[in-house]
Amino acid sequence: MSPLAQLVEAALFAAARPLAVEELLTLDPEAGAEAVQAALGEIREALARGEHGVELVAIGDGWQLLTRREYAEAIERAQFALRPRRLSPAALETLAIIAYRQPVGRVEVDEIRGVDSGAVIDKLLERGLIEIVTRGEGLGRPLLYGTTPQFLETLGLKDLEELPRLEELSVALRPPAPAEPE
Amino acid sequence: MSAPTNPIVQDHNGFVVELEQFSGPLDLLLHLIQEDELDITDLPIAKIADQFLAVIGELGLNQAADYLEMAARLLRIKAQMLLPRRVGDDEWEDPRAALVRRLLEYQQIRELVEWLGAAAARRAEQFGRGFAPAPPAAPPAPLVIDLNDLLAAAERVIALIPEPVLHRVVPRPLDVEGATARIEALLAEHEAFGWREVVGDRPTIVDMLSAFIALLELAKRGALSVRQDGPFAPIQIRRESPRAAG
Repeated sequence: MSPLAQLVEAALFAAARPLAVEELLTLDPEAGAEAVQAALGEIREALARGEHGVELVAIGDGWQLLTRREYAEAIERAQFALRPRRLSPAALETLAIIAYRQPVGRVEVDEIRGVDSGAVIDKLLERGLIEIVTRGEGLGRPLLYGTTPQFLETLGLKDLEELPRLEELSVALRPPAPAEPE
Repeated sequence: MSAPTNPIVQDHNGFVVELEQFSGPLDLLLHLIQEDELDITDLPIAKIADQFLAVIGELGLNQAADYLEMAARLLRIKAQMLLPRRVGDDEWEDPRAALVRRLLEYQQIRELVEWLGAAAARRAEQFGRGFAPAPPAAPPAPLVIDLNDLLAAAERVIALIPEPVLHRVVPRPLDVEGATARIEALLAEHEAFGWREVVGDRPTIVDMLSAFIALLELAKRGALSVRQDGPFAPIQIRRESPRAAG
């Protein structure tokens, strides 16, 4: 690997969080974005080729060294690391609505779910998966929520574009049409 | 006699439902529809309303307002479906339409829930180095300093320490005995006199205190009486004839 690739690899190891290309640029003022991109490619290939236990993964707008999937169970059994707690169905429902409708207020989330979502929203805020983006128009200027980079990281997504398109779902919702007479 | 059964798992119709597994009335409704493989766009509303009521009755969900609200909605739609309507009436809107739209929308959300849950589970199979949360801001760079800089800095800090301000507390003993002697001398010469004559023209605070205490002491002993007509009025001092003992 090139010296720059080795430097970037060391930085990714040290950071223990996804690092964006712009952040990696500060390592070496001489190196441009293209060189850093190339270095990332080198690391990725080297890890894939060299029979390593970790791999380079794109998460959010950054890159992170992560253990390979096949070792998750053994690592967890030995209690070297634990998987984060699973999100409850209520939390996932709320996240799905916020991800697709952001910025969206609590009333709309309640309406779609058919239940009060205040407590779930508070929990998601606490876990940093959503944030208050702005305030809406209308009565009381309600708080509007959107997803955070932490949301992408938790789901291992590069960006929101990776979420399934609504048309791809088996229940594609047509725009509300007047009900057909019998 | 049989043991009492838990009402939650008691089961007349062949299905067991628990509240915790549903995230709301729409979820329960979808469950019932899928159970019976009903057509969501042409809901047999009477049947589904009865089933919904049966389930929430059995489960004792009396407190769950969201479920009750849905039950009321279903019954209203059921009633509206029974109203007679004219053939070829274009104005007629299917009373189920709004509910069906909500159900479809909710079903879509459920599908996304599956997707998001799977994505999160897949991401959780890979560990990063440690689970330390990202630092809120870049920590300050490690301090680099040599001994001379350190000493210079210490000197600067020492120079900034202000001179301590010391207050000297000097005891100023009251001269009660002297004041007593002076008042007794006045008493020997005059029947009555004023405060001013006791302390003189320019008394110090110590003189005043000494005289005042001496005055009170002599008054207590019965050698004189002290009178003041009002606040800040002149103090009148008068000789008392010492009472014969016994």
